[in-house]
Amino acid sequence: MHELSVAHAVVSTVVDALPSPPPRVLGIRVRVGELSGIVPRALEFAYDVAAQDTPLADAALVIEVSPVVIDCPACGPQQLASTHDFRCPVCGTPCGAVIGGKELEILDVTLDDTCVSEDMVEVSA
Amino acid sequence: MTARIVELRKGVLEKNDLLAAGLRAQFADVDVRVSNWVSSPGTGKTALLELLLARAVERGIVAAALVGDCATDNDAQRLARSGAPVRQIVTEGMCHLEADMIGEHLSGWDLRALDLLVIENVGNLVCPSSYDLGEDVRVALLSVTEGEDKPVKYPQLFHSSDVVVVTKTDLAAAVEWDRDAALAAVAAVNPDATVVETSARTGAGIDDLLDLLSTRTPHLQEAP
Repeated sequence: MHELSVAHAVVSTVVDALPSPPPRVLGIRVRVGELSGIVPRALEFAYDVAAQDTPLADAALVIEVSPVVIDCPACGPQQLASTHDFRCPVCGTPCGAVIGGKELEILDVTLDDTCVSEDMVEVSA
Repeated sequence: MTARIVELRKGVLEKNDLLAAGLRAQFADVDVRVSNWVSSPGTGKTALLELLLARAVERGIVAAALVGDCATDNDAQRLARSGAPVRQIVTEGMCHLEADMIGEHLSGWDLRALDLLVIENVGNLVCPSSYDLGEDVRVALLSVTEGEDKPVKYPQLFHSSDVVVVTKTDLAAAVEWDRDAALAAVAAVNPDATVVETSARTGAGIDDLLDLLSTRTPHLQEAP
């Protein structure tokens, strides 16, 4: 149960990227891989606590879950149906070469445009 | 009101990952092999480490250990009897170690004098999988008393490990441990894992593990 530490990291990473004074943040989108060790529901719960009294207090959290993708030597990239059967779904070869599903990243933030200065462009860098 | 979406693309654990990358470079620079031991509480990490450190001293391999626990320095006291340098990291309730704790607890140690550094993580099969500590090798431990299907129940952790150490093999017959089922469970989540079977009571597998951890070619953990 380290979702609270992760939620704090989400909030502080976004807050640090905001210009001063911070614009109103309407939402943030986070990608969580099935192999990241993070439970989306627990992160949602922890986020509400972590966002309190910050510029993200009113920002809705959207979590995008990304599946495990392996790079099968014979069949190329293949999506796995579960996190505990690392075999190519096409040819059945065991394969641990993971190319997707470990993500834990903030994709983007949605800001109230009426109070965004041009400084925000730096955030995209 | 109009809304504007601004792309951020930042890793949530970027701060930890950067610190871990710094540690990894520091370890590579002084040529010390570092392993991060993870398991559920009671798997026998400390008993195995006690024996491993004592064996390292006998064989002239200079080893040290950092041990993480929520409270007490009991494990550090136990391990210090081996004669190897040991430090306790008390997390005060936190369920895993993070890279900054490793950096802090290494201060004052001459890493150049070491061949091997073992980091014993807090007993937990979930949270440590997300935190890179700068190790060369992540070791997941699985005792024969735990049930053969543990790897498939905790796929993130077992998948992220390079080595799976089976412990307490001296009890295998008594608990009717199904070795084939356990190895199949490891392979299901991590086809590339190296498996070492050990017993801290009989000493079985200790030299193999020591060889593996102290000489293995370091490689970079994949970024999470």
